[in-house]
Amino acid sequence: MADFQDVKVVTDLLIVGGGMSACGAAVEAAYWAKKNNVKVTLIDKAAMDRSGAVAMGLSAINQYVGLKDGQNTVEDYINYVKQDLMGIARDDLVASIARHVDSTVHLFEKWGLPIWKDENGGYVHEGRWQLMINGESYKVIVAEAAKNALKEINAEIYERVFIVEPLLDGDKIAGCVGFSVRENKFYTFQCKALMVCMGGAVHVFRPRSTGEGLGRAWYPPWNSGSSTYFTLKAGAEQTCQEIRFIPVRFKDAYGPVGAWFLLFKSRATNALGGEYMVERKAELENWAPYGLVKPIPANLRNYLGMLDVNEGKGPIYMRTEEAIQNIANQYKDDEKAFKKKMKELEAEAWEDFLDMTISQAILWAASDIQPEEKSSEIAAAEPYFIGSHSGGSGCWVSGPQDIAPAEYFWGYTNMSTVTGMFCVGDASGASSHKFSSGSLTEGRIAGKEAVRYCVDNPDLPKIDDAKVAELKAAILKPLDIFEANKGLTTDPNINPNYIRPKMFMFRL
Amino acid sequence: MPSFVKVDKCDGCKALDKTACQHICPNDLMALNKEISKAYNLEPEMCWECYNCVKICPQDAIEVRGYADFVPMGANVIPMRSSDSIMWTVKFRSGQIKRFKFPIRTTPEGSAVPDGGFETGTDDLKSATLFTEPASAGLPAIWTK
Repeated sequence: MADFQDVKVVTDLLIVGGGMSACGAAVEAAYWAKKNNVKVTLIDKAAMDRSGAVAMGLSAINQYVGLKDGQNTVEDYINYVKQDLMGIARDDLVASIARHVDSTVHLFEKWGLPIWKDENGGYVHEGRWQLMINGESYKVIVAEAAKNALKEINAEIYERVFIVEPLLDGDKIAGCVGFSVRENKFYTFQCKALMVCMGGAVHVFRPRSTGEGLGRAWYPPWNSGSSTYFTLKAGAEQTCQEIRFIPVRFKDAYGPVGAWFLLFKSRATNALGGEYMVERKAELENWAPYGLVKPIPANLRNYLGMLDVNEGKGPIYMRTEEAIQNIANQYKDDEKAFKKKMKELEAEAWEDFLDMTISQAILWAASDIQPEEKSSEIAAAEPYFIGSHSGGSGCWVSGPQDIAPAEYFWGYTNMSTVTGMFCVGDASGASSHKFSSGSLTEGRIAGKEAVRYCVDNPDLPKIDDAKVAELKAAILKPLDIFEANKGLTTDPNINPNYIRPKMFMFRL
Repeated sequence: MPSFVKVDKCDGCKALDKTACQHICPNDLMALNKEISKAYNLEPEMCWECYNCVKICPQDAIEVRGYADFVPMGANVIPMRSSDSIMWTVKFRSGQIKRFKFPIRTTPEGSAVPDGGFETGTDDLKSATLFTEPASAGLPAIWTK
């Protein structure tokens, strides 16, 4: 067997992941852990400064309810989510996040995230629930707060450790095993509570590009399905795994369309100039009650566009030239004001790409795109399995005691059906429309609850050394098979005794 | 490539305790060729073009060439990131240049205090109220059904 040194770590609360929800868990758990003498440990397969789905940055915060200023109520958010997802979401989980999310956004601002302000000092909204930010360093700032919180309680952070399998003690989580991607070390973690923050699943479906651009998916390629694998192996009940989240984005580079739809008020039309939202309006009646309420659910808007494409009326275009002409018309008597407005909008549109999908900026520059002259194609992306953003796939978790119906509550908010194993972010299902701010908030809620679980359950679950040895042998086996067989052929990529990891991905 | 390393500029971060691009890549794609002491992207077709290697490189040795299978050649997008802002230079295939500067944070690096300066209220581990609440919510109490 490959020579990997054994490292064993014993802790109370183990946070597995380093993205938005994990950072929320760390910030919140650190406070309660200190008061209750609970030990916290965090594992990230990458570097926390730039790990997870927000690693590149974001140009907007998509969940802010505005409770403090009476802009909306928690009930308004529940209704919006239920409508947008055509009934498929749990009210209790949506409410659980919605009541705390503003509090989290206010923390982001104090930590140093630039949130756009209007002349009265209020947040600039992109939409009813969305705030505009200068979000290039969003994840760096959030990770900094999380690391500072963990430092205050002398909690250990393991970066570049990849967790593979859960360890159980009967029906309780007892820890997990994995390996360093830098050194030949095999890790065994033993814990009382474990937080699953391991992201969603990308590349289950083929992305648009299958050559060098294979990695250019909408969601990051390092979301390799770990949450699903880990929780399935632990025996956790899943929910909404039939939901495939399909965003509509600029074609090929998956650049965001928000600035064009919302700031420029652009229309989307088919190749014949027809507007599917107008021409196919009658179709919406087939989807009542959801088809008849405003805003029309994103699923149905996308569906109407796909009907056009299926009928041969594609491609679908973002009518950028028309949107800019409309703005020019508004300023037709004042060219100076038009130029000023256009300069402002141009910077906003490019920042939308540069903050979160730099590839789209490269593609526009390389294609000499002048949006005032020509439309650009938009397209439905391939599907993703994610519990955050507006996906729904993940584990079935307990709701909060004061909100959840009795059958949705079993002791600790966000605990899965495996005792002691909490799921947040992309790992929790039917808890939709949480995006970045809501994912961090969900981590906070579960972080506090997981500390409470550790206090209520002070006995350390047992781990079975024989099981650990068996898992170690299984995890290292591919290395052994490769070593033993790579010399048998002239090209190590083609061998009758193994296939390479990437080919496993294609098999999916 | 999508991110590629320029031979004349990369020094393998030999003055640092670790190779910066290798440290930061969220997909663990950057590797160090120890023989020549220079970094490279070992799996370009799994690159998201997130630019974190480009932004962190102390030698400005890394750039991105758009995906070969669908992006025309001849353009580039280059960031210059400082402690509070980022300057982007976008060069079009036609030669046209656009420059944009955006703020990236409002506080000094390293200074994010977990409680954000909000009063940490309840000591009740059982309640739904989080550690900075209700102060950070700007409300007298947290909503319940």
